[in-house]
Amino acid sequence: MLTYAIKRIGLALLIICVVMLAMYAMVFLVPGDPASLALGPRATPQLKAELMQRMGLDQPIYVQVWNFFSNVLRGDLGYDVWSKRPVAQMIAEVFPNTLFLGAVAMSIALVAGIGLGCLAVVWQGRSIDRVLAVLSVSMISIPSFVVGIYLLLVFAVWLGWFPAIGAGDPGDWGSQIRAVVLPAAAIAITWVGYLARLVRASMLEVMSANHVRTARAFGLTDAKIVLRYALRVAIVPVIAIVAVGFGSILSSAVFVETVFSRPGIGTLITSAVQKRNFPVVMGSVLFMTAFYLTVVTLADLLMAKLDPRVRDTLRG
Amino acid sequence: MSEPLLKVDDLSIAYASEEGALQALRHATLEARAGEAIGIVGESGCGKSTLASALITLLARNARVTSGGVRFGGKDILAVSDEEQRRIRGRHIAMIFQDPMTSFNPVLTIGEQLVDFQDQREGLSKSDKRRAAAAMLKRVGIPDPERCLGRYVHELSGGMRQRAAIAAALLMAPQVLVADEPTTALDVTMEAQIIHLLRALRQDYNGAIVIITHHLGLVGELCDRVYVMYAGEVVEEGSTDDVYHSPRHPYTQALIACDPANIHDQTPVLPTIPGRLPDLVNPPQGCSFAARCARATDHCRSVAPPHVEVGSRHFARCHEALP
Amino acid sequence: MASGKRNVWRALLSEPLGVMGGIIVLAFVLMALFAPWLAPYDPLKIDVMHKFSAPSLAHWAGTDQLGRDLLSRIIYGARTALGVAITATGIAGLAGILLGLVAGYGPRWLDSLLILCFDSMTSLPMIMFALAVITVLGPSTATLILVIILVSIPGYARFIRAQTLSLVRSDFIMAEQAMNASNARIILLHLLPNVAGQLLVVLSMDIPVVIMLEAGLSYLSLGVKPPTPSWGNIVYDGYVSLRQSPGMVIIAGIPLILATLGFTFLGEALRDALDPRLQLRTLR
Repeated sequence: MLTYAIKRIGLALLIICVVMLAMYAMVFLVPGDPASLALGPRATPQLKAELMQRMGLDQPIYVQVWNFFSNVLRGDLGYDVWSKRPVAQMIAEVFPNTLFLGAVAMSIALVAGIGLGCLAVVWQGRSIDRVLAVLSVSMISIPSFVVGIYLLLVFAVWLGWFPAIGAGDPGDWGSQIRAVVLPAAAIAITWVGYLARLVRASMLEVMSANHVRTARAFGLTDAKIVLRYALRVAIVPVIAIVAVGFGSILSSAVFVETVFSRPGIGTLITSAVQKRNFPVVMGSVLFMTAFYLTVVTLADLLMAKLDPRVRDTLRG
Repeated sequence: MSEPLLKVDDLSIAYASEEGALQALRHATLEARAGEAIGIVGESGCGKSTLASALITLLARNARVTSGGVRFGGKDILAVSDEEQRRIRGRHIAMIFQDPMTSFNPVLTIGEQLVDFQDQREGLSKSDKRRAAAAMLKRVGIPDPERCLGRYVHELSGGMRQRAAIAAALLMAPQVLVADEPTTALDVTMEAQIIHLLRALRQDYNGAIVIITHHLGLVGELCDRVYVMYAGEVVEEGSTDDVYHSPRHPYTQALIACDPANIHDQTPVLPTIPGRLPDLVNPPQGCSFAARCARATDHCRSVAPPHVEVGSRHFARCHEALP
Repeated sequence: MASGKRNVWRALLSEPLGVMGGIIVLAFVLMALFAPWLAPYDPLKIDVMHKFSAPSLAHWAGTDQLGRDLLSRIIYGARTALGVAITATGIAGLAGILLGLVAGYGPRWLDSLLILCFDSMTSLPMIMFALAVITVLGPSTATLILVIILVSIPGYARFIRAQTLSLVRSDFIMAEQAMNASNARIILLHLLPNVAGQLLVVLSMDIPVVIMLEAGLSYLSLGVKPPTPSWGNIVYDGYVSLRQSPGMVIIAGIPLILATLGFTFLGEALRDALDPRLQLRTLR
């Protein structure tokens, strides 16, 4: 288990390094230099030189790369070109909002998705099962920002049940929860469909497995068979996908946060991209990548713990 | 002679399929007494797996009992409620499964499963059950039972898995032990060891053993009586000695002739039985083996053969066996 | 082979959702191809006098904040959506085949290197990667297409590589190698035809994802630039005027929902008919 963990974490670190190098290289691939790109037509030579120096662009390239890596390791992700605030601090301010949104969305998706999946298993082959199948595919394919806008129109603008913009007042849990419901639902809908489908397939496969038959042959109760023997095996692919799903959910957050004008990493990046604010984009992308890789790696380790076959096949 | 412990009485089972009802088992009758081991042999598709499922009341969803039943403890266990069936399974009728690799749960340790399998024993603490499991593992020849209890099925060798599967089946001292192809998943040396183990266990086991296999040697080693099945029917039954030494049904004769163990001379071609199994959706009117039988007559093809007593408790379902 | 194709058709036609998806897709394809003839107005023609007009006989879907005919914009939007989707998945598919064959059939070190690159790219959340590229290159339709190509290649290449590896171990390729057939012959005659069909299914299943991505990025003003009509920026226009004219955003969302549903239903039916073993695409 330990060797597997080390291997898995090592791979994640290697990928982070590759991603960092690639992102750094990308800046140099563009025609023109990042300083004038960021400053746009207003760039005076003096302003440009100042920015170049602040971004460390006047140094030889290996020094730049070295500085970049060592800064990132120290938690320094650079400074906003306009407000000159540290990027790390900007991310720290808004990230909890995004995390909360993602967590609520994932919880909705897990409860509804596993519930619908189990329903489909219980009613397997009946018309409810078929309706659920069509519903799942539809939920998977509809774009979340369109769902978000419709939800906003119906429940915030027309019915006025939930706020249309923002993330609620700091410190006021009630308002924060009211503000998260609609965006979380918009993001969750894709994953409700996806998980319902996955749980159904996974459960059906496990319930017809030989070992479930063995458990039956020893007279175990159906409840014990489903909860202890089948679900533990069926849940393994769900955990794997939930971790990947977290990345996907944070991606959808980019669109949905904009729809609900909700402060978060998504709105931060979007506005930075629109203003071509390099350090903020790079810093946020790097942060999100690292966060995503951490979640995926943790999920892999958890999976290895739940399913001893996984860690043994990957041990060698 | 004692009353049979388990009696399969005129049992017919059909599966719903797209072509129609597939009659996997047709009017099978057999019995097992306490202290007796019976063997059920036949090629794949002869209905032995269906029979095995019926014995542990785990028929597939699309299976339907069309006649007869399985009598055990004064009841037809295929007709009682699901809950009653569940209480019989494992405790009174237990099964040694075909492929222990997939028959144990991959994410629970052998110990956790062996404890769960004793759920129906009341008044025993978890640690008692674990101790019972360890003792049973020791009895089936697993050298370090405690270690084995903590392992997952994929961490055991093939032989160990099969021993653990046997231990699982014996845990609650069931009155009937059903073994479904207990040696198929093993290589020859392992097979010999498992046969040896099963023989040793037979000495101090006083329930009935039902061994279901395509392997004639296994039945010859372990069983008192043998039932030969073909196309869902029992075509010949009798003591193992009688059936092996003077088979009366042409199918049994062919089966014995084709057993690699009986081929001593160097031969360029291994003997086989020509032809294929009959269509079980529309079984033939006459003898179901007629199409593959060298001695079949028109009479065989049109009239179902009678159940002929050819010796003391030795029966064959064949026109030719008539005196 | 002929009977195999007939079976595929029969399997497709027996799936009502697949047929429905096929009809929707066909409708959108025709809409894109014949946009100039189908659209009642010029999608760019501004008529401020009639802005935010409700659906009427003159403007079936109403007009937007500049008085442009919404239906015409949606019809031309189909052109943008399908144009981007087909160009991007097409190029990505070709590049994926090339890289996948190189990885699967080429030397081991190249394979490992490519796999590391693919893994690094797939381990980035897709949108994050897209946003990084857009920042560097600046938002435009060309950037959008490039971004979609870049994020799609690793998946396709990995798929082709896996297929290639399993084929290389198959008997008939080994037989060819034993007969000293040239690599080019093996790749062109045996690997490519076997691998391309399955990739086509994967590509068709990705089209709704690409349509969604194009619309999403255009909605964020990071994709297709106004005034060129794209379903994404039409939704954005509607979203901005949500309170004045809610009808506009409702209508603007419909083509996106219909198109993604239609392509998904068709793609799933196609997959089930051609190769049920293919995995559902993984969302990222």
